[in-house]
Amino acid sequence: MNVLSIMMFTPLVAAVVMVLFLRGEDAAAKRNVRTLALVASSATFLISLFVYAGFDPSSSEFQFVEERSWLLGLNYKLGVDGISVLFVMLTTVLMPITVLACWNVEHRVKEFMAAFLVLETFMIGVFCSLDLVLFYLFFESGLIPMFLIIGVWGGKERIYATFKFFLYTLLGSILMLMAMIGLWIDSGTTDIVALLGHSVSIGPIEIFGYSVPGGLQTIMWLAFFASFAVKLPMWPVHTWLPDAHVQAPTGGSVILAAILLKMGGYGFLRFSLPMFPVASDILAPFVMTLSVVGIIYTSLVAMMQEDMKKLIAYSSVAHMGFVTLGIFAANRQGIDGAIFQMLSHGFISGALFLCVGVIYDRMHTREIDSYGGLVVRMPVYALVFMLFTLANVGLPGTSGFVGEFLTLVGVFQYSSWVAFFAATGMILSAGYALWLFRRVVFGDLVKAALSSISDMDRREKLVFVPLVAMTLLLGVYPSVVTDITGPSVQQLVDHVGEALQESQRSVQ
Amino acid sequence: MNLIDAAIILPELALSVFAMTALVWCAYSRKPGTVQATFWATSIVLFALAGWICFSPDLNRTAFGGMFADDAFSRFAKTVILVSSGIVLLLGQDFLKREQLHSFEFPLLVAFAVLGMMLMVSARDLIVMYMGIELQSLSLYVLAAYNRSNVRSTEAGLKYFVLGALSSGLLLYGASLTYGFAGTTRFDGIADAVSGGISHGLLYGLVFMVAGLAFKVSAAPFHMWVPDVYEGSPTPVTALFATAPKVAAVLLLTRLLTEAFGHVHSDWGPIIAVLSIASMFLGAVAAIGQTDFKRLMAYSSIAHMGYALIGVASGTEIGVRATLIYLAIYVAMNIGTFAFILSMRREGSHVSDIKSLGMYSRQAPAKALALLVLLFSLAGIVPMIGFLAKLYVFLAAIETGYVWLAVSGGLASVIGAYYYLRIVYFMYFGEEGPRLDVAVPGFCAGALMVSAAVTIVGVINLFGITGFAEAAAAALAN
Repeated sequence: MNVLSIMMFTPLVAAVVMVLFLRGEDAAAKRNVRTLALVASSATFLISLFVYAGFDPSSSEFQFVEERSWLLGLNYKLGVDGISVLFVMLTTVLMPITVLACWNVEHRVKEFMAAFLVLETFMIGVFCSLDLVLFYLFFESGLIPMFLIIGVWGGKERIYATFKFFLYTLLGSILMLMAMIGLWIDSGTTDIVALLGHSVSIGPIEIFGYSVPGGLQTIMWLAFFASFAVKLPMWPVHTWLPDAHVQAPTGGSVILAAILLKMGGYGFLRFSLPMFPVASDILAPFVMTLSVVGIIYTSLVAMMQEDMKKLIAYSSVAHMGFVTLGIFAANRQGIDGAIFQMLSHGFISGALFLCVGVIYDRMHTREIDSYGGLVVRMPVYALVFMLFTLANVGLPGTSGFVGEFLTLVGVFQYSSWVAFFAATGMILSAGYALWLFRRVVFGDLVKAALSSISDMDRREKLVFVPLVAMTLLLGVYPSVVTDITGPSVQQLVDHVGEALQESQRSVQ
Repeated sequence: MNLIDAAIILPELALSVFAMTALVWCAYSRKPGTVQATFWATSIVLFALAGWICFSPDLNRTAFGGMFADDAFSRFAKTVILVSSGIVLLLGQDFLKREQLHSFEFPLLVAFAVLGMMLMVSARDLIVMYMGIELQSLSLYVLAAYNRSNVRSTEAGLKYFVLGALSSGLLLYGASLTYGFAGTTRFDGIADAVSGGISHGLLYGLVFMVAGLAFKVSAAPFHMWVPDVYEGSPTPVTALFATAPKVAAVLLLTRLLTEAFGHVHSDWGPIIAVLSIASMFLGAVAAIGQTDFKRLMAYSSIAHMGYALIGVASGTEIGVRATLIYLAIYVAMNIGTFAFILSMRREGSHVSDIKSLGMYSRQAPAKALALLVLLFSLAGIVPMIGFLAKLYVFLAAIETGYVWLAVSGGLASVIGAYYYLRIVYFMYFGEEGPRLDVAVPGFCAGALMVSAAVTIVGVINLFGITGFAEAAAAALAN
């Protein structure tokens, strides 16, 4: 067992202990459950600090590698490189925050916390796996706890939302599984490190008399794309997300927006781009088009929402559009920017959902029109909400700016038109985010129901401290991220470039 | 019959001697504990035979001039059949007592059915094959109608009998055509006859035999008896139907196709592939509207047989291995699920409506969680072993070029996931209705928990059955 395994299984062990040994429905039992969840997730965070401290940022190799044989010649292989290590950190940082934010969940609290802890194991597993099938195992397992979290603790329309979430994502994943098996048979291995050096045939394939450019690579790329595009989500397969977000409990929305969506982007970086470079190049215009349409369309949709969570959900789709733009621009700035954008969006969108959660806990409505003038009674809340609203818009000095700026620099090198349209999305984001803020926080406090609303208590403030700190830190000192991702991203870009040259040479 | 032949079929001989002796003894005994003793004795005999067969030396032998095989393949199959029938027999006891069906004929009929299945998986000759099938089927017809005062049960028995007779007819017709054109009933003789290509007569024979066996496997479009028989039969009998006979029928089909018709894989591969696709989609789509748990499991088993047939269709050693592993995992999951269904009672009487599970997770959190694990596993969701089962068959399919078969299987599994999730929906998100009884027979609760635990822990190494399955598949390929 090395440190990655220990980190990964700590939450799972805590969840098993919780389910088997903690009994009772009284207040003391509930407190024990919450404490155990907080301790376990904090312990996981502490262990992840060892990973962070021991990680050598100058190397582009996989580190902390652990390998054991599993079934069918598959391996239980874990390891992190510059691309994945920060996603692991994002997960472990956000988990204790989420547990703390869900402190006053009263309904079936044991199952709730256990589901979150199990989910944490699966999420860490996704980012650490270095074996195709192991990756798939963790990638899809996360659906089960999330299905229960939305279905049991969700809002009114939770059944529809959770079934849609589950089946939509499962369909995408199944196609990816087929491509994974194909890749496995094609290369004879499921080791991701070995597969990064394997090149899939690009000889054209005839399907129904139509020759597919890029051949097998394109077909496999599309199958992987089906899964990651749904997960990320990209327009037009994003429709599960607003439903799931709106119906999920606050903690579920935070994890969904901050971490689960990032699995899609991570998948593009780990599989689509390095393993199918030629197909990625051929299909980049397709991805760019979807992303740009997605950014502008979902921003406009977000502007017209009546429900706060739905608005933030659509804004997430728009921001994820930048991620795909950056990744498929396939240059250093673009990919660095995409990773940065994903991490920063993890903190910002998580914080925004928590902001909604704060007032939802008090008023039990997410309707924008039922609020207004909150600044009068809740000055601290207004300040925090403003910070994250501006970060969401991409104000310089916050992490949101760095991510979008780097991405646009990368995309500009690919095509200035794409950059132009994507930049429009930034303007629209200012529109919907500031308008939301104006309607909820500013104005006069005229609604009778709001007259006795209280500001954030100590626990809620504590929840936001790390998020504020990270948003500002990444905003003013982005090298924290780019120094670590740099070598791995550079290697990825070089690898893709070589593969493209290789294929051009073989065509000539 | 010489002594060596007798030594090879010793397990079968032992079981038949036991069953017949017990039958006579029970018929004359008037002691009150006889029925209970018969149940236990039969289970113990089944487990003992399983242990014997599982740990017997790894030989590749045939008896009666090659008509009966004792190889790794048959040993794998027999172990699964014996263990699962033994467990199902124990699980059903409590149910049968409550429904006043607790009589000595039940375990003995199961014993005879198991004997038939053991013959089926060892058969290397059309006549032995038919004997095995008939012995199994006749016992199962009676079992289906076991609750003879209940109209549903007698209807199930009659339906099963009529359609079973039809399928036996098809099978016999195919077998006689095959005999006519190959000049032999032995599998190796048929293999010689088709080595240079298949004649029209043999092709017809093959198709009729496949159709007859597809009835027994319950592959669509030969599945129409399944839902009614599953629903009408007493639940312990349904639990038996869903496990051992399926294993026996699929493996008999596997042996027939690979040993006798292995040279002409291109002729039967597509037939099995079509059966498989039809079963997967029919099982997935038709189960969506079901409200009865037993009926739902009937469609679920049709779908699962579709996946198992993917391995058969690919016709390779890897495919056979995939089918063997699929069936073993399928049986392990089904035992747990039926252990739960057997224990579903409200105010003492048996219910099998899935709506009665409303908010079951509040009433019995541990059992609800175990059933949740089993349902996700049946749906093939990671990280349960149901996923590994599907991974094995998809791997076999893609490796032999049946990519479309694997992709359809994947799509069908997404559709199928819906109805398993629906049960989870009733248990976890539904509305609380009249409660089910909390007290559950110990065996059922134990089997449910063990099965759920196996389903999760198995993902680590499948308890080493892959090695046995590999040996079994290799034995068949030779």
